[in-house]
Amino acid sequence: MSDTALRDETGRRGADPTYRPRRTLPLRVEAARQLRRRRTWIAFAVLLLLPWVLAAAFKIGGSPSGDNPNTPGLVTVATTGALNFTAFTLFASVGFLLVVAVALFCGDTVASEAGWASLRYLLAAPVPRVRLLRQKLIVALSLSALAVLSLPVMAMITGIYVFGWARLRLPATDTALPNGTALTRLLIIVGYILVSELVVAALAFLLSVTTDSPLGAVGGAVGLVIVSNIIDAVTALGHWREFLPTHWQFAWTDALQPDLVWTGMVKGMVLSASYAVIFLALAVRRFRNKDVVS
Amino acid sequence: MAVVLAGALTWAAVGDEPRLKSTDQRITVVDGPKDDQHITLDTTFFAPVRGGRAPAVLLAHGFGGSKDDTRSQAEDLARHGYAVLTWSARGFGGSGGQITLDSPDYDVKDVRQLVDWLARRPEVRLDKPGDPRVGVAGQSYGGAISLLAAAYDSRIDAIAPQITWYDLADALFPDATGKGPANGVFKKAWAGIFFTSGASSTACGRFLPSLCSMYQKVAETGRPTPEAIATLRRDSPASVAGRIHVPTLLVQGQTDSLFPLDQSDRNARAITGAPVRTVWYQGGHDGGDPETSRINGLVTGWFDHYLRGGPLPDDGGFIVTRTGGIDSSTQRVTISAASAPRYPGLSGATRQSVPLGGDRLTVQNPAGGSPSSISSMPGLGLLGAVPSTPATGGLGVDLPGQSATFDSEPLDAPLQLTGAAQVRLRVKAVKPSSEPPTLFAKVYDVGPDGQASPARRIAAPLHLDGTAQVTLPAMDYRFAAGHRIRLVFSTTDMGFVSPARPAAYQVSVESPLSVPVDPALRTPPTPLPWWVWGFPVIAVVAGVVIAATSRRRRPRTTGEADDGTPLEISGLTKRYKNGYLAVDDLSFRVERGQVCGLLGPNGAGKTTTLRMLMGLIHPDGGEIRIFGEPVRPGAPVLSRLGSFVEGPGFLPHLSGRDNLELYWKAAGRGESHMERALEIAGLGDAVRRPVRTYSQGMRQRLAIAQAMLGLPDLLVLDEPTNGLDPPQIAEMREVLVRYVAEGRTVIISSHLLAEVEQTCTDVVVMHKGRLVAAGPVAEITGNDGSVVIGTPDVDRALSVLTSLEGIENAEPYEPGVLVRINGSQPSAVVAALVGGGVAVERVAPHRRLEDAFLALIGEDS
Repeated sequence: MSDTALRDETGRRGADPTYRPRRTLPLRVEAARQLRRRRTWIAFAVLLLLPWVLAAAFKIGGSPSGDNPNTPGLVTVATTGALNFTAFTLFASVGFLLVVAVALFCGDTVASEAGWASLRYLLAAPVPRVRLLRQKLIVALSLSALAVLSLPVMAMITGIYVFGWARLRLPATDTALPNGTALTRLLIIVGYILVSELVVAALAFLLSVTTDSPLGAVGGAVGLVIVSNIIDAVTALGHWREFLPTHWQFAWTDALQPDLVWTGMVKGMVLSASYAVIFLALAVRRFRNKDVVS
Repeated sequence: MAVVLAGALTWAAVGDEPRLKSTDQRITVVDGPKDDQHITLDTTFFAPVRGGRAPAVLLAHGFGGSKDDTRSQAEDLARHGYAVLTWSARGFGGSGGQITLDSPDYDVKDVRQLVDWLARRPEVRLDKPGDPRVGVAGQSYGGAISLLAAAYDSRIDAIAPQITWYDLADALFPDATGKGPANGVFKKAWAGIFFTSGASSTACGRFLPSLCSMYQKVAETGRPTPEAIATLRRDSPASVAGRIHVPTLLVQGQTDSLFPLDQSDRNARAITGAPVRTVWYQGGHDGGDPETSRINGLVTGWFDHYLRGGPLPDDGGFIVTRTGGIDSSTQRVTISAASAPRYPGLSGATRQSVPLGGDRLTVQNPAGGSPSSISSMPGLGLLGAVPSTPATGGLGVDLPGQSATFDSEPLDAPLQLTGAAQVRLRVKAVKPSSEPPTLFAKVYDVGPDGQASPARRIAAPLHLDGTAQVTLPAMDYRFAAGHRIRLVFSTTDMGFVSPARPAAYQVSVESPLSVPVDPALRTPPTPLPWWVWGFPVIAVVAGVVIAATSRRRRPRTTGEADDGTPLEISGLTKRYKNGYLAVDDLSFRVERGQVCGLLGPNGAGKTTTLRMLMGLIHPDGGEIRIFGEPVRPGAPVLSRLGSFVEGPGFLPHLSGRDNLELYWKAAGRGESHMERALEIAGLGDAVRRPVRTYSQGMRQRLAIAQAMLGLPDLLVLDEPTNGLDPPQIAEMREVLVRYVAEGRTVIISSHLLAEVEQTCTDVVVMHKGRLVAAGPVAEITGNDGSVVIGTPDVDRALSVLTSLEGIENAEPYEPGVLVRINGSQPSAVVAALVGGGVAVERVAPHRRLEDAFLALIGEDS
């Protein structure tokens, strides 16, 4: 990255003798800046509360039944035990809640600095622009990953407490997986969700460097995900839908079959990562050429 | 034989598909045992799209259908370059004659004459005169005619029969003990659908009356007559076993209780001296996934090789499609194809013995054969309904007391059964009866939780009193590890005739279950589309290009400016995207130790200049150097610049102190001067409160403190006194004076002349992006000895002044005269004027800067 190329001694010509570009905006400083924000805590609180709300809903409304053929498979076995409850919680949140959480952490990060006008002081400090993006992206992605991880962890705790431990029953079959296999499958699922949210993260980040309004960046990313979902519902598009960024967001349910099917998840991960690379490259280009007027 | 082209219709498909021409015609044929029956067949001929002479394909339809059923497949083949002839078989659709069940005397003769017809077509390639290059394909009824025609007509070069029979007698009177149809159990449900579907005003409909009366006799008794067996067998490929010598693609359904897999197994053995490929797919007469594109692809590939000399599709001699999980993106069951080089037959490549538990069990046959258990529901598949899964109940009912079950131990490893399992069974009637004991053998899969589901919904019926080797229904099924295999022998089945008289039988298995397996069957991994590998590569390349080509052309820095100049701006120009020229060819210098005021009305370009100075926006032209180093975004020399431009920028949720500390840690520099800066800010205990609780002035002071944190060599403050009260402003002045006294430089932008005058040593005046004036404040704003004397008597005043000593010059200056004094005093000048009789209304020092500045502002307002 070009701005970090200024790190050598000749690159620091004329600078304050104590100035080190590579020490600007350290990760722990950026993490502290973000972690002390109220929106961070609210986002985590919602994610950690959701499993309890779902469990309470099942307790009040009774266990779901398979009588209605339209009930998705994961719902009918949701209360079997902690493992099933965790899988269901992920199923319920992947489409929207996790998207919002990831868009929040990645879309807000640069735009809110622009909104507070603190961005110009960081850039004039000077924090090299690409370095600023890198540090902010690392922290935003870490927070996003933490958010995605916190949900299943809390769901597991809730599940053990409310429904007890039972083997993972697979929907639409009568099979139950051994515990070791089931935990591996859940890890695969969480890993896949992490990768599949990359596209949302990168899109939100691109919008974040494009606009000065945090709401615009977060809302824009979530909105584009919704639009992608709507287009995905147009089955007449045939195989073109495979290239929509959200088309594979539930491909991880392939890991809840007796025989693990990888193809959908491989396609989903490849697509998500590829889009993410493009979006992040655009973000770097955009931010480096940008006139910061906020 | 005459060919009548009746009402021939030619049409051409429009659109992007290749032009497709089809003609409907009625072809007159002569058939019957004595070759005396003239009927016409309703046919459609599809010309090959590529023109020229092409191999031909005859497409036959299934029972109860017509030539229209095969239209889309015919069109596909025609587009693929074949001449295709579809026809309605005699007794069906628009064709004449009666249904004869693919009789060699009727239907086979018809096909031979269709081949004759093809041989005369100019579109059809000939092997020799009268012998076209031709393949025959069809499902069920059309599959059997393919096999029979290939036996009777040596001109046929390849066939692809699907879900068809080998021996109709055997299919309708199966017997799992292998004693043949004479000992068989009548498959009444299917036979009824088969023979009565043509019924309309008469019971027999378009059936050949002899066939119809044969069926009625058999259905009445439930036992086959020798004549019926002979007739059914004559209309079956069984009658020509050993006489078929053409390459044959046998496709049989795994969801088929009418013509189960054993029918194609025997067809495979009936074909001699030619390659045979066996395919077991998911569909069949009971429904299941039709896998249309896969099957059509296999058929086309088969003909491509054997009719056109194309490469043989490398699929092996035996293909079994298997259901996997559900594809989450399409919500459809994934089906993969396993293949082996060779078809091993129903007894498998090897056999595995699985011991079965269970003692001698007694089962009851209910009176009247009712209630009866249900294995499959014939005709459901034809109606398009798929049997529901066992998990949700539905079909697959075995009634207590009427069935004997024998379970294996839970399997240590998964077991893939491919073929027909066998077991030695002993049946003894408890009460002797005129009718032999009838049982229906089925295979179940029992999960670890004890729930049993049919492996396939097919029953193998048997008549047995004594001991015999029983062949269970042929299938491809995977028993998971931990599951049990269960054999069920029930006394009734809805699809079959069973004894009406109540009876009881003792049933026991005398041998382990012999399970056929074919380890050679391998499922090739589904190939991933190219983009799975291509997209990441494209994305990375595109990403590098996007990110690396973004750098703006930076003006080459020319020469070395002297290192001591804190700020040097030359030719600086910035035009915003909306076309507004904010800064226009601006040049000035600021020297060490100066407090330089950047003065101009709002919109003069001051802030834009300062933003470029901070590396926030890119100049369109010109250059800024700080301490000799050119400024660009993120330039290290910016570390010597402290700035406060266009208002404070703090994280509202953090306290003032935390803001400064985190800012300093982000700045990547050494020690800060936190206490001194906080002293300047003068916030007291408020530094521990979140910034969002601050007043405008507090934020302002905190921001100035942040700018001074590192005691930068060059400090830039934009409108620093906004929001400060007069004592604070005075204090700020003190601070700045002390600051430059230590050898540093300060730039203050302001739109207030008074502020600049009071604080700065030097001033740069800007207007509309351009430099108006620059120089020391004293020189520009200060009293240079000129005074303006307000008087109405300009002429007289001038005459007085020219004679006065110590006056450099005097000139008219609205509303009086401007006097430049050199040596004299204003008081002396005034005294002289008054003495000269000039009315002096007012005397004021002349301030060029103010005049210019006011004029500029006046222009705007």
